Amino acid sequence: MRHGRKQQDYWRRNLRMTASLLVIWFGVSFVVSYFARDLAEITLFGLPLGFYMGAQGAPVVYLLIVWWYARYMNHLDREYGVDDGDGEK
Amino acid sequence: MADYTTVPLRRYYAYYTASFFLFILGLGVLERHGMPPRWIGYSFLFLTIFLYATIGVLARTASVSEYYVAGRRVPAVFNGMATGADWMSSASFMGLAGTLYLSGYQGLAYVMGWTGGYVLVALLLAPYLRRFGQYTIPDFLAARYGGHLARLVGVFATILASFVYVVAQIYGVGLITSRFVGLQFEVGVFVGLAGILVCSFLGGMRAVTWTQVAQYAILIVAYLVPVSILSYQVTGIPVPQLTYGQVLQKVQGLEEAIFANPAEVDARRLFRERADRYYERILTLPESLDEERRGLTARINALKSSNAQMREVAALERQRRDLPTSSDDARSYWDGLMRQAGQRGAEPDHHLTPYPGKGKVVNDGARLNFLSLLFCLMVGTAALPHVLMRYYTTPSVREARTSVFWSLLFILALYLTAPAYAAFAKYEIYSHLVGSSMDQLPLWVSSWGKIGMVSIEDINGDGILQLAELSLNPDVILLATPEIAGLPYVISGLVAAGALAAALSTADGLLLTIASALSHDVYYKVYRPNASTQWRLVVSKSLLLVVAVLAASVASQKPATILFMVAWAFSLAGSAFFPALMLGVFWKRATSTGAVSGMVIGLLVTLYYMVRVHLHAIPWLGIHGIGMEPWLGIQSTAAGVWGVGAGFLTIIVVSLLGRPPSQETQDFVESVRYPQSGRW
Repeated sequence: MRHGRKQQDYWRRNLRMTASLLVIWFGVSFVVSYFARDLAEITLFGLPLGFYMGAQGAPVVYLLIVWWYARYMNHLDREYGVDDGDGEK
Repeated sequence: MADYTTVPLRRYYAYYTASFFLFILGLGVLERHGMPPRWIGYSFLFLTIFLYATIGVLARTASVSEYYVAGRRVPAVFNGMATGADWMSSASFMGLAGTLYLSGYQGLAYVMGWTGGYVLVALLLAPYLRRFGQYTIPDFLAARYGGHLARLVGVFATILASFVYVVAQIYGVGLITSRFVGLQFEVGVFVGLAGILVCSFLGGMRAVTWTQVAQYAILIVAYLVPVSILSYQVTGIPVPQLTYGQVLQKVQGLEEAIFANPAEVDARRLFRERADRYYERILTLPESLDEERRGLTARINALKSSNAQMREVAALERQRRDLPTSSDDARSYWDGLMRQAGQRGAEPDHHLTPYPGKGKVVNDGARLNFLSLLFCLMVGTAALPHVLMRYYTTPSVREARTSVFWSLLFILALYLTAPAYAAFAKYEIYSHLVGSSMDQLPLWVSSWGKIGMVSIEDINGDGILQLAELSLNPDVILLATPEIAGLPYVISGLVAAGALAAALSTADGLLLTIASALSHDVYYKVYRPNASTQWRLVVSKSLLLVVAVLAASVASQKPATILFMVAWAFSLAGSAFFPALMLGVFWKRATSTGAVSGMVIGLLVTLYYMVRVHLHAIPWLGIHGIGMEPWLGIQSTAAGVWGVGAGFLTIIVVSLLGRPPSQETQDFVESVRYPQSGRW
């Protein structure tokens, strides 16, 4: 099995999406937590921003990341004809 | 259960959840008419275990694929629910709310870590493992890195991380049954064991999956009901996730007043002085131990001659008997008491303040520990074999991706609520309990005090409860919430049933993982590759039994450090598996030697760090004085930071030094990357 152009393209697009989502993941978890003390002045729903992000913001962003990735990749599969369907194999 | 199409399944589980609600209502009515609490406890315990057993029996199987991966036909939504139950252990269910209560912002590392790990699962592992489509995690390591060595290292790490974890679950079962049903702890352990076994033994992954779906429904209802009622009582809105922000603002106001109260300051000073006295005693060992014993003897003799109550004499004699016998024992005994007193004497932290403490060095140290723990929990989540294995059971790669989404959604239902528990409990305790008179404490304080979960000591003798005089076991926050809110006992029974479901479902998944690692990877793949299918299942089931009994006997010893060791499991799993699995998919150049040495070194570094930072001596091995200063002040629970780093580094360096992997291996990596190959 040699890599065709199309195959490389599919993998590159996957990697690009994975990397960008990981950057968001890193941002909401580590960068926001790092600056939690400095963000205490800003409040959201009555909570300091750092606390809010840790308790609700970041987990909800994680859920969106996972949802978006599944959606994006499932479309990509179909576009490149590598879709393995709903399991009729 | 033979039909896996989603629509009838949804209907089954909807009926099931509805009848569970009816059952709770029915018990509530019976309680009104005088049903004693003990019977309510029994009803919950036996009905739920009977239910799980029924599903187990209905889903029994003799097919290998059904047994190990539920026939790979579990729809994404149900796999998500099962993963949720599998994932949320008694630590998540009982411990998290308490941790958040005790440490405020610091506890959020668990909320973020245990959810953020699923991003790594979704993006880096689950789809590729599903494409590979075998049975266990060591299977993947063996296929990617060739040979038995990678597989065996994987098996070793699987067992190391999973066994401690399963012991903790069974321990949790024993605790719940002994508290709510009044069974003896050891009996409770074995009743729980029966509940676990009847499912995984008969039907393997297939039975475990469908039971876990049922368990998820119970545990989430049990988690949400009490705090929603509490939220309604306090704020008028039954959605605790939205209302706890304003409650925490009130808590902040209460904190200001309570922390600065002169009686509080005085009580804290008295605790600090007590800590100093213990410190003195430790310094003057071994004389101080003799002195302590002489002092007690003198008091006993004085009491005896003064015609005092026998009870008091007996209490003192017990104290004397319980005194440590050697200097070493005395040191660790007093050290524990000193820390306890020191903690109660310390200035309490504000709930909302990140990285509290005085001085920039303290703040920065707390922040570094927070971030390292966060990292370990995330990477560990993405490397625990019992979670990863679940993604083998979906019908397709597509469903595997969607399934991670459902898993995380179902898990969030609990994790987004845990901070609310902490907030409401803190509000109730700060506003009503603290400052009340010692002889008018609410009932829940004394009933949980009896089993040592709440302890109160009027150290300044003013007859009023100060915050510093109250000490709580973290688990009590969740378990006592129904009583704090003044709800009927049936809700307490519900919470107990939920905690039981959380512990049983996780134990099921873990036991199955350990048994598969031994039977599939060691017995079938390495030791006897031509064993018949039937025989493989026999071996797997017998091993399951052996491991389960072993875990239960360890749990019935009530090992004290068990909860601590669960935190270690994340670092261990993370450093053993994560680098090898991730690089296995994303870096074709990773070689067999590189991966094996990376896994071994990652594990060793983590173990080394944990042992030397956490323990100062291992008496039963005759090892003393091995304690060391933590590197950069990072605690042993976050040891994985070093192990994961070392693992990645080793795999990369060793791989680059060796020859690139064979064409065959590179083709294997290619094949894993595309959901359906050969149609290019």
